[in-house]
Amino acid sequence: MILTKAQYDEIAQCLVSVPPTRQSLRKLKQRFPRYLDGVGKNGAAPVLLELANEVDYAPSLMARIILERFLQEHKETPPSKSVINSLLRDPSQIPDGVLANQVYQCIVNDCCYGPLVDCIKHAIGHEHEILLRDLLLEKNLSFLDEDQLRAKGYDKTPDFILQVPIAVEGHIIHWIESKASFGDECSHHAYLHDQFWSYWNRFGPGLVIYWYGFIQELDCNRERGILLKACFPTDIVTLCHGAAAP
Amino acid sequence: MAAVLESLLREEVSVAAAVRWIARSAQSSEEDAGEAAALRSLQPLRKEFVPFLLNFLREQSSRVVPQGPPTPAKAPGSSAALPGRPGGPPRGGRGARSQLFPPTEPLSAAAEAPSARRGGRRRGAGPARERGGRGPGSLEEGVGAESLLWAGSRRPRAAGSPGSPSRARCDPPNLSNLEEFPPVGSVPPGGAGTRPSRRINPTPVSEERSLSKPKTCFTSPPISCVPGAQPSVLDSSPWGQGPAAGCRSLQEEREMLRKERSKQLQQSPAPACPTPEPGSTLPTRTGSLTAEPADPAKVSSRQRLELVALVYSACIAENLVPNLFLELFFVLQLLTARRMVAAKDSDLEPSPGVLDSLESPLFQSVHDCVFFAVQVLEHQFQVLSYLDKGTLKLLAENERLLCFSPALQGRLRAAYEGSVAKVSLAMPPSVQAVSFQPETDNRANFSSDRAFHTFKKQRDVFYEVLREWEDRHEEPGWDFEKGLGSRIRAMMGQLSAACSHSHFVRLFQKQLLQMCQSPGGAGGTILGEAPDVLNMLGADKLGRLRRLQERLAAPQSSCGPCPPPSFPGCQGFFRDFILSASSFQFNQHLMDSLSLKIRELNSLVLPHPEPSDEDGESDVDWQGERRQFAVVLLSLRLLAKFLGFVAFLPYRGPEPPPTRELQDSILALRSQVPPVLDVRALLQQGLRAHRAVLTVPWLVEFLSLADHIVPMLDYYRSIFTLLLHLHRSLVLSKDGEGEMCFLNKLLLLAVLGWLFQIPTVPEDLFFVEEGQVDVFEVDTKTSEHGLDGVPVVDQHLLYTCCPYIGELRKLLASWVSGSSGRSGGFVRKITPTTTTSLGALPLRTTQGLQAQLAQAFFHNQPPSLRRTVEFVAERIGSNCVKHIKATLVADLVRQAESLLQEQLVTQRQEGGDPGQLLEILCSQLCPHGAQALTQGREFCQKKSPGAVQALLPEETPAAVLSSAENIAVGLATEKACTWLSANITALIRREVKAAVSRMLRAQGPEPAVREDRRGCSRAFADQIPVLGPPTQHRLERGQARRLLHMLLSLWKDDFQVPVPLQLLLRPRNVGLLADTRPREWDLLLFLLRELVEKGLMGQKEIEACLDSLHEAQWPEDFAEELATLFNLFLAEPQVPEPQLRACELVQPNRGTVLAQS
Repeated sequence: MILTKAQYDEIAQCLVSVPPTRQSLRKLKQRFPRYLDGVGKNGAAPVLLELANEVDYAPSLMARIILERFLQEHKETPPSKSVINSLLRDPSQIPDGVLANQVYQCIVNDCCYGPLVDCIKHAIGHEHEILLRDLLLEKNLSFLDEDQLRAKGYDKTPDFILQVPIAVEGHIIHWIESKASFGDECSHHAYLHDQFWSYWNRFGPGLVIYWYGFIQELDCNRERGILLKACFPTDIVTLCHGAAAP
Repeated sequence: MAAVLESLLREEVSVAAAVRWIARSAQSSEEDAGEAAALRSLQPLRKEFVPFLLNFLREQSSRVVPQGPPTPAKAPGSSAALPGRPGGPPRGGRGARSQLFPPTEPLSAAAEAPSARRGGRRRGAGPARERGGRGPGSLEEGVGAESLLWAGSRRPRAAGSPGSPSRARCDPPNLSNLEEFPPVGSVPPGGAGTRPSRRINPTPVSEERSLSKPKTCFTSPPISCVPGAQPSVLDSSPWGQGPAAGCRSLQEEREMLRKERSKQLQQSPAPACPTPEPGSTLPTRTGSLTAEPADPAKVSSRQRLELVALVYSACIAENLVPNLFLELFFVLQLLTARRMVAAKDSDLEPSPGVLDSLESPLFQSVHDCVFFAVQVLEHQFQVLSYLDKGTLKLLAENERLLCFSPALQGRLRAAYEGSVAKVSLAMPPSVQAVSFQPETDNRANFSSDRAFHTFKKQRDVFYEVLREWEDRHEEPGWDFEKGLGSRIRAMMGQLSAACSHSHFVRLFQKQLLQMCQSPGGAGGTILGEAPDVLNMLGADKLGRLRRLQERLAAPQSSCGPCPPPSFPGCQGFFRDFILSASSFQFNQHLMDSLSLKIRELNSLVLPHPEPSDEDGESDVDWQGERRQFAVVLLSLRLLAKFLGFVAFLPYRGPEPPPTRELQDSILALRSQVPPVLDVRALLQQGLRAHRAVLTVPWLVEFLSLADHIVPMLDYYRSIFTLLLHLHRSLVLSKDGEGEMCFLNKLLLLAVLGWLFQIPTVPEDLFFVEEGQVDVFEVDTKTSEHGLDGVPVVDQHLLYTCCPYIGELRKLLASWVSGSSGRSGGFVRKITPTTTTSLGALPLRTTQGLQAQLAQAFFHNQPPSLRRTVEFVAERIGSNCVKHIKATLVADLVRQAESLLQEQLVTQRQEGGDPGQLLEILCSQLCPHGAQALTQGREFCQKKSPGAVQALLPEETPAAVLSSAENIAVGLATEKACTWLSANITALIRREVKAAVSRMLRAQGPEPAVREDRRGCSRAFADQIPVLGPPTQHRLERGQARRLLHMLLSLWKDDFQVPVPLQLLLRPRNVGLLADTRPREWDLLLFLLRELVEKGLMGQKEIEACLDSLHEAQWPEDFAEELATLFNLFLAEPQVPEPQLRACELVQPNRGTVLAQS
């Protein structure tokens, strides 16, 4: 079988991220002719999406590969990541109308990966931050949010820093980080290393809210200063105004 | 030496004279001639006396089975009954003592089996880890090994290592042994033949000494100095005696003693000899050791023991001993001696004649030991009374003490009951990170993005390392270097730019202060390093747990009254970090930073409260001062310790240089290196400014980590000289104007005493000839502005700085528990297993949580916020008390006054007692004191927020501001209410009492006026209305005269400033007379004459005044009468008219004045 270099590269690149099974490989090989055939017959048919499904490949990732290849052919220089990202986020900017449509189909039909999912995740994350902010305001707890902190020159910024610390379930809390996801071992450890301990190193003990739950055993650093909760805590003690009373 | 004791025992010399003789080189003229002569002959021995005495006592008590840290010498097989080996002093029984009091450690014993000692010493400490052998306590590996040698004591030195001119303290025991234990086989001619023969021939020892070491190293010369025998030889070369000469004089002194003894034999009938202790088998540490009962009736020779106790106590009182607390520990060991090991038969053979000389053992039984100990304790009562409450309790409850001296027991009990010095261990801090301060930790402070980024990463790596250390450092087999070393070095490797180093050092130093500054962090060993448990408990349980922990954990860490310098708890992390980093850039930056911070803190002006006119209320301010002082002092000590550690790190080694030549060359090298911090200048400044109480404790920490060469360097030698002088000048019994406060002195004595026991500090340093040290006058008289005169030290701080003082309590506690019988000694083998179960309880009380929240609040705020809030709380709290005094208390006093008026009327009819009156008033008024708390709370609530608001930046977020206000209110209220609730009743009482006595005095006889200057103005104020306008109310003549008398005596006796009496004779005042009819010229004349008589005004002065009166415009008749008066005054200057005299002395009966008003 004879391939152009471009074809080879593309396949090779795909191979890296596709499970190394014979089946996948065979389907990959057949991809390019099928795409052209497919779009030639009906530009609106979800050719690319079907292709991706067939090779059990994330549709948005497939779209990205195709797009990359497409841009490479047109501009002869490898396109920057940010250009591709922005095209993926808004496929209407893709010069080729058919491809734009195909990419769009891939993206909206990808439930695990891609700009749409990112967007959803971000929206959910943001939503929970807003939720948290409202709760804080409702409880009359004053805070600095991430943007304010960045403006002040902090290098690592949790979602909220409480201007006046509170005690949650008997533990002092200086900051709150909202995570709109489930706290599994893998992600929690990554978060600990990249975020939570860094926050602790700078601001002292804090609270992480995994809105979608977490593995109970991971909540083992309470004494150390990292508290896990799956919802906004109810047992909150604030510095009382009657602190004067003995 | 022995001769001095002998002459004391023979009462040729009084104890006072002997102590004067020891303490001061110059003979004072006050001594009686005989004494002076007796002592003068002993002059060259003067400075060896104290070491001799100390060693003598240790030696004498060698058969006592004490309580205390287990020592290898107490292992079976090395008991006192074992015969001594040739060429060396006896080991065994005395070994126990020498281990505790290594100055008595015989050289050869130390040299014999150092490794065995090491092993023994570490018994129960677990196998030494390989590199982890840097235990929590030791300085580092090398030093760690060394420290094993002298845990709880001074190092015994290898006999072969010459060099240091510091050998002296090892020698006296041998010398005294020569006294006590003459060579076997040398049958004393004519003697009773009952000498103890534990001692083998001493000659080889002295030979060895004279050969192996430079002669100048002895502070105690060989016993060549026979008083009166060969003074010329002695004077010419006090320690230049060769072995032959030494032996000769030894013989001579023995001869002399023998003569003395035979004399006594003839004079005194044989006293009852003590029976040997029954059943005195070889005791072993492991065997069950029940304490023998001690009986005052069985004391063998009271007089002698009393005398020695007196001399010993005097030496302690004069600070002639290096370490006060070591001596107290020794005395308490005697007090709690379990029993006495039987001496060899020859020792116990009854030898009736020798009892009153030094040749019979001083302590022949437990009874003797206890008697002696109680005698000394009686003399040391003052120091004891300043110990913590727990120690006092144990002392007061000690049945032996009660049995031997009920009086002392009574005093101790009283001291215990009056003591508020509860020393409990502070709550250990949990690890907390240094907060990120965007003001300093921003990009602008770094040279490049990369440097900034590195710095940010550093912080995370540093804390990661710290967390791992926290988790794992107690795991067996975990090793700092293996676990973290490479990570630390990789991190240090990234700190390329100099500025990154300084940034990191700042973080490091801050974290160090944060974690270790508080007592709990510093004293990890005290708490047995279980930092988190306490934090998780509420305040109410905390107290109980703390006590439990103290009882369980504290004895475990027992390492005697003189532990080596160590890095307990979290400090260990920082020490190991420095060692593992092994980066000279880091060390240099760290030293710079530590030095700067030390200078900064050392020169910090600690505001001390202005002396208040009323003594009590300033207490409010003093609490704050004390706290601040304690924080500064503890920080300084921590920083200085680490500075010393890093600065002397390159030079530190386990052993002093092996040869003299090597030492000299090292000295030459080192003496040209400038000190890392000019501590001498700081010390001198501190002494001059009377801030020794701040400077000396940290300096001691710094010096405690010095290497062996340091004390020989001129620079540091002069520092030690200064410190020695200071030590001597801190006589505790001196108390008066300008003296340093007692506890301040005690702290300095404790830390200095500890320093003198540090192995790197040469032993001879303490007993150095004081002739050399007059370079700098140490003056402990405090000026007004000095910290030394301010009671900044309390027991808590004392015990925090010197946890080893707590050994006294542990010793007494183990006596009470009798645990030494069961567990083989001092150490309790109870492990606090409760920690884990307690740890799981997430119990916190609201109060504790609120306090934590308040603490946490400041954590992420700029430091100025905290300072502001604390300042406001401090001032408002203080003002609150003043306010309560001015309002509530003043009201109550007014009430008291009016009540008193009523009472006085009724009382005059019934005839009551003023004391009773006061009680009645107080019982009526004191309950109102309860209002003080409410009012105080209101005051603080009202005043604090405004002050905080005014002092914080406008831009402070509202939430922060309101929290700051609340905290300020809380702190101020706490401060005020704590003081008020403790003192309000006393305050009301005092004020009412003052008012009552004021009123009673006002109507009392004249002398009452003189009693109290303060009352005088009021006394007259009460009577002024009586004088009223003359037309409406006239004083009866006698009253007027009496009033004049009072005034005159007031002017004469009570006013300390000149009274401008000439004003009386100003035209305006004299003019007042013009309006009265008849004009009472006789009173004026009387007044003038009395003024002259009492020397208040001169005759001429009055004449001048009267003269000037003529110039004024007067009514004609008045002018004439004035002239007549003038003439009268001139005519009869001295003798008042008899008729005037007649009535003036009539005392009208009490209360008339009052009734008339």
